[in-house]
Amino acid sequence: MRSIAILQFPGTNCDLDTKYAFEKLGCKTQIVWHKETTLPTNIDLVVIPGGFSYGDYLRAGAIAKFSPIIRAVVEYADSGGRVLGICNGFQILTEIGLLEGALKRNINLHFISKLQSIKVINSDNAFLQKYEEGKILYIPIAHADGNYYIDDSGYKKLKENGQILLQYTDARGEREIVNGSVDSIAGICNRDRNVFGLMPHPERAIESILGSEDGVKMLEGLISE
Amino acid sequence: MKAIVNIFLKDGVLDPQGKAIHHALDAMNFEGVEDVRMGKQIVLKLSTTSKEKALDEVEKMAQEILANTVIEDYTIEIVE
Repeated sequence: MRSIAILQFPGTNCDLDTKYAFEKLGCKTQIVWHKETTLPTNIDLVVIPGGFSYGDYLRAGAIAKFSPIIRAVVEYADSGGRVLGICNGFQILTEIGLLEGALKRNINLHFISKLQSIKVINSDNAFLQKYEEGKILYIPIAHADGNYYIDDSGYKKLKENGQILLQYTDARGEREIVNGSVDSIAGICNRDRNVFGLMPHPERAIESILGSEDGVKMLEGLISE
Repeated sequence: MKAIVNIFLKDGVLDPQGKAIHHALDAMNFEGVEDVRMGKQIVLKLSTTSKEKALDEVEKMAQEILANTVIEDYTIEIVE
């Protein structure tokens, strides 16, 4: 049975959704409070779920970066462990430096909350291995700071290394400006392809009654070999 | 001693809030505004009396947490 650690900061609000989603897939989950200094042993994945850690004070994810548990997460990632950051989790991963770039205020300054079409750009990684490249998925987004920024040289490297995983598109797969992200980037991974971050919420797209099941295979991918 | 840290998005990084303020100023018929950049100011009250030490410390704070140097630049001013 796969074992998942789900981090919880003051202001995290997607921890229980994430727990529900992974338990539905037959995993054992543990919520880990941010003041812990170590992760549970024998885990297969660390998830930093969405929410508003520390009320997004200073910058989204900026204060969470200094929580005691983060050092353990960095060590876990550096030793090859899989880490997924969803929404605020993605913001935290960029603040820590486990993922490149940064997330700015949405270009229209609105909090955007809707079911969004996104395209699978690279499936040669654990996270998206169960999808075909080019596949259009419908996954909810809900964020004010999802405007992904990276400078030109950083962008070129992301592209060359196949680190761009998901892009915002319309239903036909044409790139769409949703929040102002460079190249409409919705999700990326690190160079070693064991740390993943995305703004959309796959854990909210796991049951048809919620409008989409397109997120299930992302979570399944992460708990597969 | 006080340190005033001003933080702005780097030149070339689009500033959506600055843009929105610019639009509002245009709509209010304020003329001659060529660009608006919005930032934040953090004021720190420090116990040290050494300007040099203060600058050193605040520089570290800015690098490590106050600014995200991927997208932001900052200036530090020490006031007696």
